[in-house]
Parts: sequence; C-alpha cells; structure tokens
Amino acid sequence: MLREIRPAIVLLLALTAITGLAYPLAMTAIAGTLFPVQAQGSLIEKDGKVIGSALIGQEFKDDKYFHGRPSATVAPDPNDSTKTVPAPYNAANSGGSNLGPTSKALADRLKEDVDKLRSENPNAAVPVDLVTTSASGLDPNISPEAAQFQVPRVAKARNLPEDQVKQLVTANTEGRLLGLLGEPRVNVLALNLALDRMAAK
Amino acid sequence: MTVIGWLQIILYCAIVVALTKPLGWYMTRVFNGERTFLSPVLRPIEAGIYWISGVDEKREQHWMTYTVAMLLFHVGGFLIIYGLMRLQAVLPFNPAGQSAVGEDLSFNTAISFITNTNWQNYGGESTLSYLTQMVGLTHQNFLSAATGIVLAVALIRGFSRASMRTVGNFWVDVTRCTLYVLLPICIVYTLFLVWQGIPQTLGAYVEATTLEGARQTIAVGPVASQVAIKMLGTNGGGFFNANAAHPFENPTALSNFVQMLSIFVLGAALTNVFGRMVGNQRQGWAILAVMGVLFVAGVGVCYWAEANGTATMHALGLTGGNMEGKEVRFGIVASSLFAVITTAASCGAVNAMHDSFTALGGMIPLINIQLGEIIVGGVGAGMYGMLLFVILAIFVAGLMVGRTPEYVGKKIEAREVKMAMLAILVLPLMYLGWTAVGVVYPAAVASMANAGPHGFTEVLYAFTSATGNNGSAFAGLTGNTLFYNLTLASAMFVGRFFMIVPAMAIAGSLAGKKSVPASAGTFPTTGGLFVGLVVGVILIIGGLTFFPALALGPIVEHLAMNAGQVF
Repeated sequence: MLREIRPAIVLLLALTAITGLAYPLAMTAIAGTLFPVQAQGSLIEKDGKVIGSALIGQEFKDDKYFHGRPSATVAPDPNDSTKTVPAPYNAANSGGSNLGPTSKALADRLKEDVDKLRSENPNAAVPVDLVTTSASGLDPNISPEAAQFQVPRVAKARNLPEDQVKQLVTANTEGRLLGLLGEPRVNVLALNLALDRMAAK
Repeated sequence: MTVIGWLQIILYCAIVVALTKPLGWYMTRVFNGERTFLSPVLRPIEAGIYWISGVDEKREQHWMTYTVAMLLFHVGGFLIIYGLMRLQAVLPFNPAGQSAVGEDLSFNTAISFITNTNWQNYGGESTLSYLTQMVGLTHQNFLSAATGIVLAVALIRGFSRASMRTVGNFWVDVTRCTLYVLLPICIVYTLFLVWQGIPQTLGAYVEATTLEGARQTIAVGPVASQVAIKMLGTNGGGFFNANAAHPFENPTALSNFVQMLSIFVLGAALTNVFGRMVGNQRQGWAILAVMGVLFVAGVGVCYWAEANGTATMHALGLTGGNMEGKEVRFGIVASSLFAVITTAASCGAVNAMHDSFTALGGMIPLINIQLGEIIVGGVGAGMYGMLLFVILAIFVAGLMVGRTPEYVGKKIEAREVKMAMLAILVLPLMYLGWTAVGVVYPAAVASMANAGPHGFTEVLYAFTSATGNNGSAFAGLTGNTLFYNLTLASAMFVGRFFMIVPAMAIAGSLAGKKSVPASAGTFPTTGGLFVGLVVGVILIIGGLTFFPALALGPIVEHLAMNAGQVF
C-alpha cells in the first residue's frame, strides 16, 4: 500500500496542473483568438461605453421600452450584510425565486402582476412568461406574445403608430433552431436598441 | 405538450443511442490499453506522468489496492480544494477580490467535488476566485468523473475476467481516462460553447451602464472550460449560482441541446463498453434498454406536469405551462427534459429551478435520484449502480427457479448479493435518516424557503441529492448553514464511498471466479423478459423504500394544489 503514496501525490499534482491550469489557460488563449467577442461576454458598446451584454437581461421600467420578465435576483443589504434585498437583474448574483406551486407568496405576486398587466392592455391574454420570474433572474428574452402584448403601451409612450412597433417586434423575433430546437423568442435589449434607433430617425 | 416538444425528445434519444456504439468502441480500446488515433500526441505525456509518479503501468492491482489508491487520490483532491478556498484571498487570479471561504462551507464544497456531487452551497460568481474555479473545481470535475468511469471499468473487468486476482491499475486507468477520453472532448466542446456565447476570460467583472442608466455588474470568467467538463463528467457544479440556467452558462437552444447530450453520452457508452468487454454487445444494449424505459416514463410525466401548469396559474387564466423558474429560450419541454436527464444521470446541473416545478413535475427528478441514478447515471457511477440492481434481479430470478443465478458467465453467490444489498440500502438510510432530523431540528427547519409540504420536499430533495451525489437542488433551501454544510457533506461522503467499496468488493470477488459457459438452464439476459425483470426490481425496491416519504411531500402537495390550497 505504501507504494501508492507517491503516485497519490505526484500523479495528482501532474493531472491538476494539466486539467486545472494548462487546460483552462490554453482554452482562454485559443477561444480569445477565435471568438474574441463571445469570450469577453458578448458585450454591447454604445458611444464607447459598455451598455450591457447581448446575452444578459437588464431591467426596463420606462413605458417607452419593452420590459423583460420579472427577476428574483438579490443583493446584500447595505445596512445588514446577513440579509439580502431585491435587486432585479443583478448579473453578479444570479438566481430564481424558488417559490413552489403551492406558495402563497407566488400566488399573491402572480395575481398582482396579472391585474397590473390587464389594466395596461385589456385586449390580450396575459402571457405567462411576463408574470413569472426566470431561473437565472437574467433571462434576456421574452416570448413573441409577451412582446406583442406590450406594443400598445410602447407605441403610446413614443407616439409611434402601433403597426410600426409591431413590425419591429416581428423583425426581432427569433424562431426555433432548424424549426425544432428551443422556443420562439425576442431579445429585449436588442429590441429596445432597435426601437431607439427607429425613434432617432 | 406539443408535437415539436416530443420531436425534440425523440431526436435527443436517437442521438444518444447513435453515439453509444462508436464511443463504446473507443473507450474499450482506451481501457484495454490499446493504441488510439490520439496516441501519437498523448502517449509521450502519458508515459511522462507514469515516469515522474513512479507508476509501473504493467503492474495491476488487487481490488483492495485499487480502492485504496482511489481513496488516497481523493484525500489529495480534498486538500487541494479546501486549501484553495481558505487561501484564495491571497492567491492570484482573483480580480473580483473574493475573500477566504469559511471553514464549514469549504469543507462542504471540497467533499462535494471529490464525490462528484457538486452541491452548490456556494454561489460561484459571488464567492469563488478564478483560481479556485480552475484549479480547485475544474480539475476535480475531471478527476471525480474519471474516478467514476474507471471504477465502473474495474467492475466490468470483474465480470469479464476469469480466475484473476487483479482488476486493473487505478493510476493507469485514471490517467488514460483523463487524457484520452475527457480532455480531447472537452477541448473541442469548450470552443463550441464559446462560439455559442459562453465567456472564457480571466478579465474582471464588467461594469455596464444600462439603457435606462442603471449600473449593472456582469460576472464573467473562465466559464466555458469548466462548463464543458461539468456536463461531460456529470459533475453539475456551476460556475454561476443559477448554473445552466444562466445565459452565460447556457446561452442558446443549441448549447442546451448539446449540454443535454454531453450529460448522457459517456454513461450510455459505458453500457457498450460492458457489452464489448464481456464479449456480447447485446448484454450492453439490454442494460441501456432498462435505462431507456425508465427514462422515457420520467420524461413523459415531468413534461406533462410542467406543460399543465399550476392551479394558481389556471385560476388567473394564464396558459402556456409553468414558466416560474424557467428560461424563455428553453421553454417547457427543454426545461423538463433537462431536469429528467440531469437527475437520471447524477449530473445535477439545472437549466430551470426545480424548486418551482409543479409538485409532480418536481417529483420525477426526486424519484430519479432516489432510484440510485441508474438511468444512464453519473459517468461510471450509473453503470456500477445499475449492475448492483442487475445482480439483485438475477438473484430474484434464481430464487424463482431454485438455481444458482449466473450473469454473463459468472455465478452470483451470497457474497455478491450481500454486497449489492449493502450498497443499495445505505442510500435510503442516509437520505431518509437525515431528512427526519432536518424536519425537526429547529436550526434546520429555519432553512426552508417554502411552507407546507413543499418545505418538506426541499429537505428531502437536499439529502437525496447529496446522498445520490447529484447536486441539483430545490434551491430555496438555505444550505449554507453549519447544520446543512456538515450533514450534507456526510450524506455525500457515505453516498459515494459506501457504494463504491462494496461495488469494488464485488469486482474483486467476480474476477477471481471461473467463467461458466451458458447452458440450457441459464436465464438469458439480453431479452425483453430480463429488461422487464430488472425494471420491476428497481421499481419495487425503490417504491418500497421511498414511497412513504414522497406521500408526505410532492404527492400531498399535488392534492393540496388541486384543492386550491396555498401555504
């Protein structure tokens, strides 16, 4: 048994060096050369400043922007580090609500949000993804229905014809890969950037 | 449920089955020590490793030596992770300035990674430095996966060899598995993931100013290289807190599909390795069929339950299924499918929050883990777990006809059955025992996030996941407390090693037996009858063990939900 001690130490260190250092560092170098944009986090810049990542959702509250899904992410409470406070779309601390199907807190939240959205647009069914929090709290997408649902509000806030906004949503809708994988979706940040560009014209 | 949804599921199953044979062929060559197309590049590295560590690759080990070598290897792995977490504040590659991790959380995480559990009581982006993620976690993702695979190979050798005292050389197996199987796949896989959008950088977290003018700190890091081995090695520990639900860990429908494939491929291929090594590939396909039956049944129930949504949502007129805790790009079907795969396979990565699943939808992952994660299973662990059930099923069949049972030419006798029972019984002892403590001990009760039966399920799920070395969670439960850090660590340790040692004892005992040729009285183990028998034994043992606990959790919650009750 004693002769197993040396490999237990040396072989472990050798494999650690290969898989824990050489592999991730080499991959960082190669990936950074082949896919420089993605490797850095698919960042979007506007006027030389980073405004976010194409893959990470951000919070929109203004009526003139399309809103993303509710987010359950939190941040440490500045007054008491043992507690947390809600911090929607905190991209340094991802997470979901973890509320279960019989949770009263979830039932109350759903009802409140559904009522609010019904008063905003009484003519359409409330899309489920617009009142449920995502798993990561950073979901960059909403369903096409959820985007269309917000068209009247956005058009009104921007004084644009609804048809024009509707077309923009359609143009920013991504389908399933090969018609099969994933779900149809709209990237909220990309849509809002397109909206800003359209309004600027 | 939709046609497109089922097409995704069928496509998934078809690709897994299609990859089983070629990968099984390749892995068999690797573990038989034969040349592969990668040998010209990798053989010098391999030989160099043996030379500096003083390993004689020709010398094989007795099963006890093999097991001791494995345990020593893990002691070292534990010390590396624990040390890195405690010292990360003063070590390099720490641009976010993460401070040292506490003693109990470091202990829990180190146990968690050496046991291939990857339970996340830590929140990756808010707790760990890049160095800890790479040298601590990425490296152990490789080594715990390699260990699982080589242990399964050692057990398979037990079946395939006759009258031999040895089962292989642990150091050679683990080195070859890492160099020839895991590393090459991960290199290609990492590049694919970066192409899809996963970051791979050592740069600091990005400060962004959003369109509405708010500040957003975006955590990045060397993510892709870790995600590749986390999925392929069925480890499941995320770089980020939200794991594979985080857009940086799983950005697209395609990355999600490939990640799901990578959870199953090696485990499925091991059934083919088994078939090849015992000289009849149909033996391997029969085992894969057992897994397939249980898998498809689980997917069906989970998908149906999630597509159905909850009573609360119905009352508000919300359609489109239960989207709480799910991502739009995956939707209902890819989230349900992922949940069943990750728990069937001891992976534990999640792309949706299991805590927010419907009662029945969340019960399927729980059952998968409680069955012992034998449906494909953790790389290796699933194979040796399944072989334990096969031994029991063969034993039951033998009792029915009053004949000493045989399996692939080996007589299954009292010693093998006792060891198999020991390994199978130790798991419920851990998760049911600790759950009983967890629901009455006040400090533990305070950790529950949901009230009512759902809170009970959170605790049951935590200990089940830890014991099964899965690592997925009903994540509402606050696990980073002294009580949970220590009890979950003990469950992970016992769940891993108290299953491995009996399995290795069986390997040693089988390897020493003579091979008996099949006769007219031998129960054929490649047909539908055998598949049905094994499925039956798994469900009966599983059902008897944990049905009472399920009745207190998800089942009663489902009834309460339909009665319109909330807690």
